[in-house]
Amino acid sequence: MNIRRLILSALLVASGATHALEFTQFQADKSTLQFVSKQMGVPVDGRFKKFSAALAFDPAKPAAATARLELDLASVDAGSADADGEVVGKPWFNVKLFPTATFVSTAIRPLGGDKFELAGKLTIKGKTQDVSAPFSFRQEGGKGGNAVFDGAFVLKRLDFGVGDGIWSDVSAVANEVQIKFHIVVAPTAAGK
Amino acid sequence: MHMTTTTNTPYSPPAIALHWLMAFLLIGLFSLGLYMHELPLSPDKLKLYSWHKWAGVTAFILVLLRLLWRLGHRPPPLPAAMPGWQKAASHGMHHLLYVLMVAIPLSGWLMSSAKGFQTVYFGVLPLPDLLGKDKELGELLQTVHKILNLSLAALVVAHVGAALKHHLVDRDDVLSRMLPFRKLRQKNSLARTPTPTQSRTPSR
Repeated sequence: MNIRRLILSALLVASGATHALEFTQFQADKSTLQFVSKQMGVPVDGRFKKFSAALAFDPAKPAAATARLELDLASVDAGSADADGEVVGKPWFNVKLFPTATFVSTAIRPLGGDKFELAGKLTIKGKTQDVSAPFSFRQEGGKGGNAVFDGAFVLKRLDFGVGDGIWSDVSAVANEVQIKFHIVVAPTAAGK
Repeated sequence: MHMTTTTNTPYSPPAIALHWLMAFLLIGLFSLGLYMHELPLSPDKLKLYSWHKWAGVTAFILVLLRLLWRLGHRPPPLPAAMPGWQKAASHGMHHLLYVLMVAIPLSGWLMSSAKGFQTVYFGVLPLPDLLGKDKELGELLQTVHKILNLSLAALVVAHVGAALKHHLVDRDDVLSRMLPFRKLRQKNSLARTPTPTQSRTPSR
């Protein structure tokens, strides 16, 4: 099994190398950015409806890849109308002052096979923190198919001052928030 | 049960215990529900909602136990002197109370699922979501939960009123046979009752 996988990914990398296929065209309608918060120990699903990404990923040269994400914090769906109204307010995202959160990659490291690690700087509410997330890469369909990146990581909301004041009580809303990204990127039309 | 059964036969101790445990639990749940839903979102509100759900699951378990017990143990008969329509009303009332005691926690559970918040008993045991997340359905179930609760509150008022009427106006044993610590009451009020061990003696 493992050897087959290895050969497959080697082939994939090799084919990438010959065609110098680079993925740069972010597909907003196919990509999702979800999160899971824990309220009183109960996982609650949320997502951001609006975000954009500028990426360049060449499977042959993953270390040279770059990614930059910008997300519209007001587009949050925090699981209920009550929560949506709350989470854009001052104790949480404070979208009036800080409408967008950004992520800028600093390094992409191959972990073997189709697994990679993304490191970068995440800025929310004016606070910047180093974050890293493992992600997987696969190409949909055959030649010229979209790249699909799936990854997840856990951030601590209080590191960014998200949910301060009464909400810093982590027994009600946990400090840890799981972020799940599913990013779809089309290859550059011109190739080389 | 036959005609000669004395009307002052008390309920079985488990039936009495479950009745009063649920009485206090349901009054607490109702008051908490009434109070918490108006609160602005805060950590305290989230906690109150969780406690309400945990208590609601407890009430659901208790009513199921109670129904199981009830299936195997018929309640003592109503006083023979009671008019037929009152007996019919009493039976109808008790059936409705049971229906609501089952339907209310169920509606709360379903509402919670439809609103996208799974119920996790005491924050440890996740209850399956019987419905997927659906905003409209969640709001509908909230209305259902509310109407069922207001109905139960009205029925409880009638239930308490009827019990008091039996106790104070008819002066029969319909209320006292459901009272816990009945032995003590008898000992205190009827000092000469010669059986201190069992409460099977007529109270008047």
